[in-house]
Order: sequence, then structure tokens, then C-alpha cells
Amino acid sequence: MNAVDLWSMLFVFMLATFLGFEVIRNVSRLLHTPLMSLTNAISAIAVVGSILLAGERHDPLTTVLGTIAVAASMTNIVSGFLITDRMLKMFKKKESPRTGRAEQKP
Amino acid sequence: MIPALVEHLIQAAYLLATGLFVLSLKWLSHPSTARRGVFAGVFGMGAAIVGTLLFPEIVDYTWILVAFVIGTIIGVPLSRVPLTAVPQRTALSHAFGGLAVGLVGTAKYILWLHQPGELTRFRVVAIVLEVLLGFLTFTGSLMAAGKLQEILPTRPITYRNQNLVSLLLLAIALIAGGLLVRDPTAWQFFPVIVVLSLLFGVMLVLPIGGADMPTVISLLNGYAGLAAVAMGFVLENKLLITAGALDGSSGVILSIIMCKAMNRSFTNVLFGAFGQVQTAAAAGEQGTYKGATPEDAALILESAAKVVIVPGYGMAVSQAQHRVREIYDLLTQKGVDVKFAIHPVAGRMPGHMNVLLAEADVPYDRLVEMDEINSDMPQVDVVLVIGANDVVNPAARSDQNSPIYGMPIIDADKAKACLAIKRSKNPGFAGIDNQLYFLDNTLMVFGDAKQVCQGIVGALKGEGGGMH
Repeated sequence: MNAVDLWSMLFVFMLATFLGFEVIRNVSRLLHTPLMSLTNAISAIAVVGSILLAGERHDPLTTVLGTIAVAASMTNIVSGFLITDRMLKMFKKKESPRTGRAEQKP
Repeated sequence: MIPALVEHLIQAAYLLATGLFVLSLKWLSHPSTARRGVFAGVFGMGAAIVGTLLFPEIVDYTWILVAFVIGTIIGVPLSRVPLTAVPQRTALSHAFGGLAVGLVGTAKYILWLHQPGELTRFRVVAIVLEVLLGFLTFTGSLMAAGKLQEILPTRPITYRNQNLVSLLLLAIALIAGGLLVRDPTAWQFFPVIVVLSLLFGVMLVLPIGGADMPTVISLLNGYAGLAAVAMGFVLENKLLITAGALDGSSGVILSIIMCKAMNRSFTNVLFGAFGQVQTAAAAGEQGTYKGATPEDAALILESAAKVVIVPGYGMAVSQAQHRVREIYDLLTQKGVDVKFAIHPVAGRMPGHMNVLLAEADVPYDRLVEMDEINSDMPQVDVVLVIGANDVVNPAARSDQNSPIYGMPIIDADKAKACLAIKRSKNPGFAGIDNQLYFLDNTLMVFGDAKQVCQGIVGALKGEGGGMH
């Protein structure tokens, strides 16, 4: 790796950090629990590196380590996105279905 | 030519994934667009995985598929836990994330050790950081999950010179890392770093009590993100760096919010051994309580015009949120204006109370943040405190000797009257007496939150008369 590659990675890191701060600062406090489960699923992007290890067939040890890493990341991806959506479905503004129906009764 | 095309495809998939991840978090900012954010995240992750599978270096898909299946089998049940268990589920996923990162770092080191010229200084620095952050997140989060699930004692576990021992462990790990950077082939330092990082993770969370869990979970969230960033530097992958940085900044922001909400610093949370200080302060003078029955409480609530409900961890423990919603419904039907005041550190993770109340179908526009509700407090007729303690303790404003002095609180004592549901007459989690309970206009209803709320619901229905 040459110096330019290193610096371009540092650029990406710095910009992504500032962007992250700006975007996440605007997340409503209501949604801090879903925020954490969503970022948790996103940081399971470690799956990318794990897949390469599990599939490149170097030696049994790295394949085993890679496979465990893929399984752990996949667990986070599946459970993280599913539970975030499950929680977000619960946030409703008004109980219109329930009270609405009650009011329509004569 | 074909390999070049594949390389372009992979990078395009990564670029797409990066954009979708940013959009995902942006859309999460408001409940009305939040679910779109999840879909963006899923598509981003899908693009990243498909892109990675295109790498020509991958010659064997068997183990990848096996791992996908295993991950799905574990992941689906983990997403269906009761919402009261979300804090421990979150801690457990931080542990999985840390483990994956730590293992990839280890495997990369082993691989490159056998390929001369691959272990550059820079790569070793990144690997050391990756392994350190990954493994300490792994054991630290396992400890946090154990404490939250109450497999491990929830009280802070402390011993003499604890901070010194923990810092010494970290220092030795960093020195071993430094030696490895100086001579990347000196592999014997590598297991030392791994073992010490694992140990340090345990030591880090050992002295943390339940009340500090929101901060620690946020902090571990940040560590998991930074570990992914370190992995991105090892693998020279900008997608990993971006996604990790987004996760890391979310962890840092949440930790700062939690610390501010308790008027404490990071170092104080991590090294302060919260549990130790209080026992001394708890031995203050005892006042007298005024007790009330759930029926009394119902009467007081229905004659009010404005009610504010302050939920705390006690509501979560006794799963009372559905009964609380019934109280909300019945009072609303009777024309009472009911709002919920949410303290940032109520519960065991950021936003815990909001999720529980949303699950019970409380509309989210009734959930009001602490800063917003406090200015209205003097106009509120009745505050109903359910299983919350320290977050409504006026000692935080007035008593300079109190361990929670300076912590922003919900001003329940400024309302015209206060009803507090409390499990027992013992002081709260932090072991601090709450002056709120001894005030003239405070009535205490002792008992399990769910049963008391059930009693209030029954009485409210009975009083309704023509409602049946």
C-alpha cells in the first residue's frame, strides 16, 4: 500500500465520522433503541472481511475463524434489521384504528 | 478485461452500500420515515454481500453458506425476544460484532505471517487495534449481557486497586502491541494481546452497576464501530471504514447524551465504582411516608386535568406497560390530558422506555422529553411515578452531598401532587433515599407496578358508571 492509499482511507474515515455525527445528532430520542440496533446491524459489515477469509481456502485454521466470523456477523445482520423493523412498526402517532372504530358506533 | 469489470462491479456495489447506509441513518431521524431507513440498510447490506461474493479469490462457497445458515438460525429467534430484553440482546450483538472483528484480525495476522512482505508496520498497527477493540468489546459486552439478564450479579463488583489492575492490563497489552509493531514476526506477542484484551473487557464492565448500563452499552456500541473501522484499515476497505465510523459516531453520541443525563464524565462512569459511594450517603434521616391504595390513586387521577406519567425501570421489570396504557386510555376518555415524561437514562439502554410504551400502543407524540416537560410541571395536577426513582429525586437539585447531585431530573416535586408506585420501602437502585417520597403532597402506593396499575385500572373502570 502506498502513502496515497493510506491518506485516502484517513480522508474517508474523517468524512464518515463527521457525517455520522451530523446524521445521528438528528435522530429523535424516541428512536434511540432502534438506532442502536440498526447501527449494530450496519456494523456487521464486518461480514465482508469474514466472507473472504471463509472462502479463500488458505488453511483450515483461517477457514474456521472466517466461518465463525461470518456466522457471528450474519446473526447481527438478521437479528439487527428484523428487531429494528419490529420496534419501528410499534411507533404510531395516534390510536386512530381503535378509537376511530369506537367513535363510529352509534 | 473481465477481472477488471468484476473489480468495478464490486466497488460499485460497495459505493451503493455506503450511500444506502447513510440514507438509512438519515431516514431514522423521524418515526414517519424510520422504517424506510431499515429497508435502505437491508439493501445496502445485500449489495455489500453480493459484491463481496463476486471476488475472484473466493474459491469455496460451502463454509460461507453454512455460516449464513447458522447466523440466520441464531439471528431470527434473537430478533423475537420480549422488548424488556432488548438491552441484553443489544449487548449480545455487540459481543458477536466484537468477536467477528477480533477473529478476522487474528486470521489475517496468521495468514500474513507466512507471506513475507505482507506484514507492513501500518498493517500491524491496524491489526493490533482491531484485535484489541474487537476482543475487549466481545468480553465486555458478554459481561454486560450477563448482568442485564441477571445471570451475573447486577451490583457493581469492586475490589482494592481495581482501576490500577485494569489500566495495568491495558498498558501491558499496548506495550505488547508496540513490540509487535517493531518486529511483526515476533508472533509470541500476539496471543498476549488477545488474552489481555479479553481480560480487559471483563474488568471494564465488572464494576458497572445496572443504573450505568445505558452508558456502557452505548460505549460498547462505539467500540464495536471503531473495531470495524480498524478492520477496514487492515483490509483497505473503505466501505468498512465508513460503516464502522457511522456506528462509532452513534455510540459516541449516545454515550455523551447518557453521561450528560447523569451529570457524570466517561471516566467517572468507567472508573467511579458508583455503588461504593452511596452506602455512606444513604444513612440520612428518615421521614414519614403517606400511603395510599390504588383506589385512592384512581380517584386523584380522574379528578385531575393534567397528568404526567414518569416511567422507570420498575415498569419494565414488572411488565406493567400494557396496564399503564390502559390507565392512559381510561383517563384520556375521561377528558384528562395525559403525557409521559421520559428521562434519557430511564431503563437499561437509551430509548428503552419509548420502545416499551410504543409496544403498548401509547402514541409517540404523548412521549415528552425531560427538558420539554419540566417547564410545564407547575401546571401539572398529578405526576404518577411508576418504578422510577433517581430520575425524580429532588436531592439532585438541592443536596450537594448527594451522589447524584447535579444530575438533571424530571421535576416531579414541582407538580401539585405526586403519586409514586414503588415495589418496597427500600431505597432505590443506587441506594439513595428519595426526598420526593417524604413531601407533603406525595402519596406512596406500595406494591408491584403491574398489580398496582391493574388496581388503578379496575377502580377507574368502576368509577366510570355508565361506561359499561
